[in-house]
Amino acid sequence: MSLKKVSKEQPDKFEFSKENLILAEKLIQKYPKEKKQSAVMPLLYLIQKQNDNWIPLVAMKYLAKYLNMPYIKVYEVATFYSMYNLAPVGNYFVQVCTTTPCMIRGAYKIIEACKEKISSKENELSKNKKCSWIEVECLGACINAPMMQINNDYYEDLDKDKALKIFEKILNDEKPEPGSYRGRKNSEPENNRTTLMDLNNA
Amino acid sequence: MIKLRVNDLDIEVEEGLTVLQACEKAGAEIPRFCYHEKLSIAGNCRMCLVEMEKSAKPIASCAMPAADGMVIKTNTEKVEKARKGVMEFLLANHPLDCPVCDQGGECDLQDQSMFYGIDKSRFKENKRYVPEKYMGPLIKTQMTRCIHCTRCIRFATEVAGVPELGAIGRGEDMQITTYLEKSMKSELSANVIDLCPVGALTSKPYVFEARPWELKKTETIDVMDAVGSNIRVDTYGWEVKRVLPRINEDINEEWISNKTRYACDGLKNQRLDTPYFKENNKLKEVSWSRAYEILKDKIKNTVSEKIAGITGDLTNMETMYSVKEFFDKILKSKYLDSRSEDIFLNLSDRENYLFNSSINGIEESDLIILIGTNPRFEATMLNARIRKSYLNNKTKIYSFGNAGDLTYDYEIIDNTTTELNNIFEKKGDLYQVLKNSKSPLIIFGESFMKLKSAYYIFEKCKSFFKEHENNYTNDWKPINILSKNASSVGSYDLRIIYTEDGYSTVLKKINNNEFDIIFLFGQDNINFKKNNEFVVYIGSHGDNGADMADLILPSPAYTEQDGHFVNLEGKIQKAYKASYPTGSSKEEWEIINNISEILVNKTLFKDKDYLLDSMKNYLKLNASAKYNFHPNLNLVKENIFIDDIDYYYSNVVARASKTMRECRDAMIETKKTGTEG
Repeated sequence: MSLKKVSKEQPDKFEFSKENLILAEKLIQKYPKEKKQSAVMPLLYLIQKQNDNWIPLVAMKYLAKYLNMPYIKVYEVATFYSMYNLAPVGNYFVQVCTTTPCMIRGAYKIIEACKEKISSKENELSKNKKCSWIEVECLGACINAPMMQINNDYYEDLDKDKALKIFEKILNDEKPEPGSYRGRKNSEPENNRTTLMDLNNA
Repeated sequence: MIKLRVNDLDIEVEEGLTVLQACEKAGAEIPRFCYHEKLSIAGNCRMCLVEMEKSAKPIASCAMPAADGMVIKTNTEKVEKARKGVMEFLLANHPLDCPVCDQGGECDLQDQSMFYGIDKSRFKENKRYVPEKYMGPLIKTQMTRCIHCTRCIRFATEVAGVPELGAIGRGEDMQITTYLEKSMKSELSANVIDLCPVGALTSKPYVFEARPWELKKTETIDVMDAVGSNIRVDTYGWEVKRVLPRINEDINEEWISNKTRYACDGLKNQRLDTPYFKENNKLKEVSWSRAYEILKDKIKNTVSEKIAGITGDLTNMETMYSVKEFFDKILKSKYLDSRSEDIFLNLSDRENYLFNSSINGIEESDLIILIGTNPRFEATMLNARIRKSYLNNKTKIYSFGNAGDLTYDYEIIDNTTTELNNIFEKKGDLYQVLKNSKSPLIIFGESFMKLKSAYYIFEKCKSFFKEHENNYTNDWKPINILSKNASSVGSYDLRIIYTEDGYSTVLKKINNNEFDIIFLFGQDNINFKKNNEFVVYIGSHGDNGADMADLILPSPAYTEQDGHFVNLEGKIQKAYKASYPTGSSKEEWEIINNISEILVNKTLFKDKDYLLDSMKNYLKLNASAKYNFHPNLNLVKENIFIDDIDYYYSNVVARASKTMRECRDAMIETKKTGTEG
């Protein structure tokens, strides 16, 4: 993981939408009155949701003023956590897990697929501007490794071909079916074995 | 008190200390990078590891509070191994560029790696590279060297009160930066250079100038403001290379302002090195003897009532005393003053012009009322104390008039004198606050002293506190005057003031062009329309004073002669000679001696020791001398304006300094672009 790049193209203005402003007030109320700065993380996430999945600099300034804290403190938080995007990402935002279990099961093959199909570099938009990909740390679905996340859905038990097919679909603006791609239900064992009882040497 | 054992030595320490502090008390030195006495505890460098009994792992002593019955070991093999491990990690990404690093010779990492470093690196991977950051005209960054101790961040947030520095990213990619690489807008920012334990933040103006062991170090006093910060001047031959702070817990703790630190390159520019005389509107070099002759002719042909003198803002007490003797005994003129602005003074009691509560006293206060002062620019170090008090005691702060950003929150009050008078008449909300305060501080600035009702309100204030005396502890002195100039309080002690109503009569007469000869002793902040006056300028720099002058006599600057200064609290301190004056310049008392010899065939002082003795004598006798004046006894409704201060251009040395000009430009630039958001 390297330091996140802040986008060079920045919007001039950011403001919470009406609904989000109400939501923001609610979030702040979860914290003690004099410690409302603690709400910086959920609010940054709120900003990211409102602003096409990325956080512009004006929004950080806006938030710093909103929470009455120094700009640099918001900036620190936003650069620290990998899940805040500081540059525009595609409508279809592909996050490929490359932590050990996925890596052993062939996550780098999926990265190859990303490079072939979407863009040659991380955090770069595809030719039709719809899709971008990124390597991430463990997404907590190790039992279905290798896997990736596209927007809010998990795509599991992949290999290079399957990943390519999924990318084909999203590049054509179709939504592929989420879940296991080896026909598993959630993380059930393969080959229908549900217990260890029928195994002799278990 | 807590009892604990450090390296088989039983010690007792106060509660609330950390293990590191306890170990220091026991005489065991602990290496550290991130820990600093004046900053909050971070505990992230791990260099201060020690062994504690019943703990399987070594502990970070800076972050562990000392507790009763602890058994600490700092000299075991385990401790050494742990520290060596930490050091190896710190050095993994640290470049091997000591020979070209400005920190070399005074680098904590270099020093400590002599004890804990390993000769070979096991780190075979690529070293990290971090791009340089822009942090303004004073701080040079080389962030690849950074070991992430976060001292600079903590300093900027806690002491300087400008939370602009931060650590972005994480892990190996963590970087220290200002917000989007904007220049740091603090007058204390350059202290991070001293704090940085490695060469990541170094001094931009001092870059590649000298090595610490080549410099001659002189411990002396700063004159940029009336606080009298303790400094160390490092010289290489004649040149003043840099100025560093010296620890004085009563005055500047261990910080100094950027002006104190970087105005020193002004000592190299615009210097006067030989006497000049103005003929046909052109300044021409003359010899000392010729200059004295010219002066003699002028003085002989002028009546003493037509001669006036003003001493300057950086003038030391020896000079001022010799000037006073010169005016009293030789010229026989009473028109001598030290004020370049028309401020009110009541010298009948020393408490009337001192910062009585002392700088340390600020930390105990629970209420501060600023009247006509902007302490951030008038006395930066004092402002840092107010901020400290604000952070530690939640001190409430009020200001009459808007003083701008003071690095702490304060309430602005309507800036009229009637409003101010109401407090002491026991009316209004602020009176209620003041009444309930256990340790209030009233700080009067020089902008307040310019008011017509200064005397009235000041006396009112005095009697108010006299009445409420019982509310406070015995030695609590709530009334304070904040002087701006290093020479101010010293000159008041020496009674270099001539007045009829408390304000400067000399200035009034100068503005009315009533004098024929005007002596300016290092005085460059005075403005008047010159008519036919013969102006004699005695000072170190070619600035406003020399511009007006008909005769210029060069004298040394503050680092080039021994001299005493009294700071705003009334503490007398000696500044020492660190380098040599330029050209043929002579110390002021010598010049005065020479002039009096020419005028009356008799010198005033045998030597400098004699001068010093008679000055001390004068100070002793003068303590009880009467001070007669006829002040304005009425309340006038007026507004208390806080004077704008051109912080980086406030005196001759600063005005001659390139670095100060850059700082000023950077400050103006930030104002223009409005980075406040």
